[in-house]
Amino acid sequence: MKPAIITTNLTKKYDGKTAVDNLNLMVNQGELYSLLGVNGAGKTTTIKMLSCLIKPTSGDANLCGFSVQKEALKVKEKINVSPQETAIAMQLSVRENLEFICGIYGHDKSSSKKKTTEVIENLGLSEIEHSKARTLSGGWQRRLSIAMALISDPEILFLDEPTLGLDVIARRELWQTIKSLKGRKTIILTTHYLEEAESLSDHIGIMTKGRLVASGTPEELKADAGEDRFEEAFVKLCEGGIGQ
Amino acid sequence: MKTLAFASRNTKEMIRDKINLFFGLGFPLILLFLLSMMQANVPVNLFAVEYLTPGITVFGYSFISLFAGMIVAKDRTSSFMLRLFTSPMTSGNFITGYMLPLLPMAVCQTIVCFLAAIALGLDLTVNVFAAIAVLLPCSIIFIGMGLLCGCIFTEKQVGGVCGALFTNLTAWLSGTWFDTSIAGDIFDTIAHLLPFCHAVDAGRSALSGDYGAIMADLLWVIAYAIVIIILAIVVFQRKIAADK
Repeated sequence: MKPAIITTNLTKKYDGKTAVDNLNLMVNQGELYSLLGVNGAGKTTTIKMLSCLIKPTSGDANLCGFSVQKEALKVKEKINVSPQETAIAMQLSVRENLEFICGIYGHDKSSSKKKTTEVIENLGLSEIEHSKARTLSGGWQRRLSIAMALISDPEILFLDEPTLGLDVIARRELWQTIKSLKGRKTIILTTHYLEEAESLSDHIGIMTKGRLVASGTPEELKADAGEDRFEEAFVKLCEGGIGQ
Repeated sequence: MKTLAFASRNTKEMIRDKINLFFGLGFPLILLFLLSMMQANVPVNLFAVEYLTPGITVFGYSFISLFAGMIVAKDRTSSFMLRLFTSPMTSGNFITGYMLPLLPMAVCQTIVCFLAAIALGLDLTVNVFAAIAVLLPCSIIFIGMGLLCGCIFTEKQVGGVCGALFTNLTAWLSGTWFDTSIAGDIFDTIAHLLPFCHAVDAGRSALSGDYGAIMADLLWVIAYAIVIIILAIVVFQRKIAADK
């Protein structure tokens, strides 16, 4: 399988404080890779560097063959992000939000309409298609936010805490949506819900204090930690840094 | 295409906010009607419509600052901007996309104001068209100030600065309601160092057919417009980079 993301000694420092420390990571095409860690572990900073929101202090990351340091605009054409908080235009309808994203990714009007119709059908948004975003429930808004990340047909999709604040039913529905993308898109997921990471991920990386302390399949991580439950394995790996 | 898509989204966000519409179009018209009614009942020529209309038009532009500031500040502090930063949009797309919807809005506001003035007795001559053309560069100053405030302040602060400060500055220092010289030399000098009274005077000169007097005042307005727009672009680029 071809790698979609390769990071080489990726580092970010803020005023001398290291947020991400020499991160070396490889994610294959079509894989769902979860980045886990306690607050301040460096997950969000990593996502921000990979999505070209911030420049690395040193090192580099290669996404679909393009460097985040030297070819940020080309990287941006290959990726899309669903940020932690719902990122939608509130005064626009669901359809208008989706057509807007098509527009800023360079699609013309007719192609935008066609793609929007496809995404609305595929993600089950037909019943709210003409509703203003501000009138939607949290679950629908989150689903729209993910649809907006998908409509540009990215090769790599970043999902930052996609189910945060959703009720159990909405969360399970979103899991189904994410599962349906597996194999077709490379997905980087950050989450605090460990059962979510265990259920959805092909591979999981655990970060502590800016460093990747463990990486593997959920089963491999449990075996490394000598635990049956993933939560116990996560705590042990975070505290002990096994697998460094 | 990217700029147009973004401009279209910004237009919808602004015109679907009914409070924006009321203040932008309704409030200056109410003032024009009220002051014209007052004029009808006082013996001196205090608020003659041909004298009042350019001032009310410039005063109305201060609400354009409010629209511009609010949308930039709202976007800046939301995840929606993060989504846009990870898209292939450049800073040129952003700035043009914010400015584009505001220019036709200023044109509409100016035309509506002059139509109301004609209904109140202003003669429809070629001078009306000249006055509209002369007043429009002033709207660039207010658009720039709005962008600038949106980059620096939060949404609530923008409400205070653009909504209260700019409207008052425009009202007091533009010479719309009274001749600035009657408030003393210092006040008059300050008023003439700022662009507002020059904009109103240029509009009045055009409306009275005194075309030779336009340029001296219009140059002040154009110079301020250029400086403020450049400043807004520089601050926008710096602030946006810092917000990431």
